Amino acid sequence: MSALLEVRSVSKSFHGLRAVHDASFEVPPGAINALIGPNGAGKTTIFNMVAGVYPPDAGEIVFDGRRINGLRPDQMCAAGIGRTFQIVKPFAGLSVLDNVIVGALLREKSVAAARQVSRDILEKLHLGSKSNLPASSLSLPDRKRLEVARALATRPTLLLLDEVMAGLRPIECDQMVEVFRGLNRREGLTILLIEHVMRAVMALAQDIGVLHQGEVIARGMPAEVVRDPAVLECYLGEEIEV
Amino acid sequence: MNRTAPLLAVLAVVLLALPHVVGSYALSVATLILYFAYTGQAWNVMMGFAGQLSLGHSLYVGVGAYAAGTLFYHYEIGPWAGLWLALALCVLLGLAIGFLAFRFGISGVYFALLTIAFAEFTRLGFDHADWLGGPGGMFLRVAQRDTWDLANFRGPPIMYYYTMLALAAGALALCAWLLRSRAGYYWQAIRENEEAARALGINTLRWKMLAVALSAAMTGVSGVFLAFYYNNLFPEQIFHISRSIEIILGPVIGGVGTLFGPILGAAVLTLLSEGITEALAALGWESPGVKQVFYGLVLLMVVMFLPNGIWPGLARRMGVGR
Repeated sequence: MSALLEVRSVSKSFHGLRAVHDASFEVPPGAINALIGPNGAGKTTIFNMVAGVYPPDAGEIVFDGRRINGLRPDQMCAAGIGRTFQIVKPFAGLSVLDNVIVGALLREKSVAAARQVSRDILEKLHLGSKSNLPASSLSLPDRKRLEVARALATRPTLLLLDEVMAGLRPIECDQMVEVFRGLNRREGLTILLIEHVMRAVMALAQDIGVLHQGEVIARGMPAEVVRDPAVLECYLGEEIEV
Repeated sequence: MNRTAPLLAVLAVVLLALPHVVGSYALSVATLILYFAYTGQAWNVMMGFAGQLSLGHSLYVGVGAYAAGTLFYHYEIGPWAGLWLALALCVLLGLAIGFLAFRFGISGVYFALLTIAFAEFTRLGFDHADWLGGPGGMFLRVAQRDTWDLANFRGPPIMYYYTMLALAAGALALCAWLLRSRAGYYWQAIRENEEAARALGINTLRWKMLAVALSAAMTGVSGVFLAFYYNNLFPEQIFHISRSIEIILGPVIGGVGTLFGPILGAAVLTLLSEGITEALAALGWESPGVKQVFYGLVLLMVVMFLPNGIWPGLARRMGVGR
């Protein structure tokens, strides 16, 4: 089966500083894959290219059999790529429900239909009781959930999660893992996550890519990757907690 | 929330009955309030809903006024045809400014400066357009009538009052509907965080352009009204930046992004300003510029003590919608 997302030899530099170099990986449909790596390894840069924030300098990004390099973020979203932001970006002045409705309107014809869809999604993410609060009043874990809810409302086939577990307590993290597992199993949602929280990565990911200084230095199943000498070296001093 | 409808009904009855109760001076003040309520509502679509700050809305008032005024002055074409020309020109201008700014990533304060620039050089252009009267102004033939002549938009003051009331009510209804529609959700998302809005599939360029075009069109209509209400047009007055500021003061004081803020702000500001002018006249003080100082003070107080405007707090206390 061909991959849902294929990143082929993608490179990106900022003012001569190499952020991503010749990176390749793919995500098969229905998979949950993770990208890990130390800070500054280029994870978010890859995400931003897939989400259309900026185009790659070289290489190709293929989604669902279609070359999507250089599309705008809104076109990427319409094509079926949903994303969350590492630094959460809620619509602070709007209610939690209205935040999600904005996302749901992409696929729904009416506001009423979008509202219904949004209510269901908020329930799934344990935010139902906070629907009418202003988004600005949410705690950080809830804001992370809201990021996910909003992205899910656009009904993506591929969901990009940028460090949604950071700042969550272990129990909240496990709860989130369950949500993603459920979405993956029941709705066939393909997920690519960037994550530092290894607890979540090990629980979710079927395949891990390790980025170091903009290059993919290891690929494989979680249990193999965390034993890879090259990976251990780039995490030198940091113990990967399994 | 459910007290909104009865209060609106009371307000409607009061405003409909008003001309039959008050004198001609009060009627002219009321017309002025409605005028600012309407233009404030129009400006609010751009800034309050979509978060795009315009400090040059006098441009659309002036272009609307001169479009309809010129057709009438040179060709005796009535204001209803002029209205369409005004709408077309204002939409085109709005789209041109919006495209220039948004396409090239000009936003925030720099966008506001661009709107001022357009209003200013249009003012200078009109100053040099002799065919349009130049700095000496354009004077429409006045035919004061006691009967309503809606076709030519000539009639007694009460006709202008009801016209402005209809426009203000229409603008309120339109904005209330927009806020609950897709456009309202998208605009507010763009206002709150444009990057996040884009990531949710919103073509932000297109929706911002729509906000500017609609705001410009609505404001242009007020220009047509102005031309036939005052019958004389001077570039130095109608395009002046102080006119743009007057437009935004209402919504800023009442509450940016709210539905009743622009209306309340216009009422508070106009009543206070007229009151002060009257009081000063009674005291025998001749002091030009005191109105501007007064605007400055009111704005200062509101920004310091009620940064969200008067309406949001008041609405909460009254238990009505925004």
